[in-house]
Amino acid sequence: MTLLFGWPMVSGVLQAFGGPEGLTTANFTRMSQDPYFWSSVGNTLLLIVVMIPIQFVLALAMALLIRAKPRGASAYFYIWAIPLAVSDLAAGLVWLTVFTDRGYLNSLLASLGLEPVSWLAYDNYPSMFGAVLIAEVWRATSLVFVIVVAGLQSIPKDYEEAAGVFGASFWNRLRHVTLPLLRPSLQTALILRTILAFQTFAVALALTGQNFPLVVGETYRWYTGLQDPNVASALALVVMAVSMVTAVGYLKLLRDQTEAAR
Amino acid sequence: MSHATTARTDAGTNRPEPGVDRRPLARRRRNRVLLQVACILITLFMALPIYLIALAAMSSRQSLQKFPLSFIPDNFSTETMQTFLQSTGILGGLINSVQVGVFTLVLSLLIGVPAGYAVARFAFRGREPYQLFLLFTRALPIVVLSVPLAQLFLQTGLYDSVLAVVLLHSALALPTTILITASVFLGVPRDVEEAARIFGCSPVQAFLKVVLPMAIPGIAAASIFTFVMSWNEVLGASILTLNQRTLPAQVLSSLAESPLAYRFAGGFLLVVPALVFIFFMRRYLTNMWGSTIR
Repeated sequence: MTLLFGWPMVSGVLQAFGGPEGLTTANFTRMSQDPYFWSSVGNTLLLIVVMIPIQFVLALAMALLIRAKPRGASAYFYIWAIPLAVSDLAAGLVWLTVFTDRGYLNSLLASLGLEPVSWLAYDNYPSMFGAVLIAEVWRATSLVFVIVVAGLQSIPKDYEEAAGVFGASFWNRLRHVTLPLLRPSLQTALILRTILAFQTFAVALALTGQNFPLVVGETYRWYTGLQDPNVASALALVVMAVSMVTAVGYLKLLRDQTEAAR
Repeated sequence: MSHATTARTDAGTNRPEPGVDRRPLARRRRNRVLLQVACILITLFMALPIYLIALAAMSSRQSLQKFPLSFIPDNFSTETMQTFLQSTGILGGLINSVQVGVFTLVLSLLIGVPAGYAVARFAFRGREPYQLFLLFTRALPIVVLSVPLAQLFLQTGLYDSVLAVVLLHSALALPTTILITASVFLGVPRDVEEAARIFGCSPVQAFLKVVLPMAIPGIAAASIFTFVMSWNEVLGASILTLNQRTLPAQVLSSLAESPLAYRFAGGFLLVVPALVFIFFMRRYLTNMWGSTIR
């Protein structure tokens, strides 16, 4: 374990600063001067900022629906959890069938008598972003959903029933009873999801090729396409640093809030 | 007589008495309908894409070139799938993927089950930091490990082999395997084990004959999880290999220059294990992702 985690980390750091003549920051300069770098950072951040709230609202709604025990709840649970085991490459390919120029979405539009749109064209940024967003929401909401369902199961029904007896409306119960009790689950889900979201890349690669660069996709490109492991390491370090900062930041932020609430 | 029976069944469904306010009931019924509608909408969003890629993968090349595409399977054909399976590297990739998955599974069970047992049975200090550490390793970007590992493997001659990917995947899967097996062993009552000891089993016998059989379903769940994780992982696999690609890595590297039908077939083949996995795992899912991580 130590060999597989510790050693690569150290040598990764060395490699990121390494060059033909000793330690240098040249790799980082090269990385930041690459025309794709800043747009990949921007895309990644934008994707995370838009995606995470959508996922949490959707997952919470799904979990509450399941808890209301509709007819066929177990079948719904099965179908809603399927994307959990779908890789991001596969998810990208799945949605490619929908969004590609002669795909199912345009077929639907054509059969309705509307003009087809090239959703994934490089000059159509909003629709490209939308396609990647939908594919990621589709794939990764299941994870949040399952964590929230598990969290809901551990909350005794009594609390909510008590609140109901005292006349709290659905929204009030949700806000003042369920959500605070769900905080640990939501926190876990939030940290996991944000960090994993930084690592998204194959969805975008499958859907748009290089038109919608993401940071990890850039690492892959530097390593395999441009054959430069040093710059790839530099990028990987950036990803790791950002992930760590996010995780610690979340832990601090959420803990402070809980303590202030006490 | 018939009047009496209908009255009784109606009482069962809360038929309001005359003069009773019917509005709450109507609201309740409307809420049930809304609930079903919401569930069906979400199900459509989740299931339709999978249906569509299955449809695309099972259509012939000609029907994929038609526009608009048909939404119902009118000409079932295995042609696309066959072409895909016969193209270079795919069958090899498939075999590699299965090999990597199985070896990863075996390796992480060999290490993970005893470790999980230890975590579950022997209270030790630093449980909290340990769990945080596991969370971090889960969250550690695969790139961070893969690129330096590729260098290491290049030097030691492991590069571009099934073993290289197995090592990486085992390292990635182990934390989760330990967590799941630990929670499985926690579920086996200590009394049972002690009873076995009293009746003359050695500790090892007690473990093998009593504890292990009770833990088998959970361990099976953990191993399916490991396999699927390895099956899905693409970045590390494509960085660590060149000719011995796993299936996802093969699909990824030939993404840019491959025809659409190829990509659909590849995508479908990648999705299939997920369907099976979730089907067998749906009971354990909430345990796996809920309580164990926290």
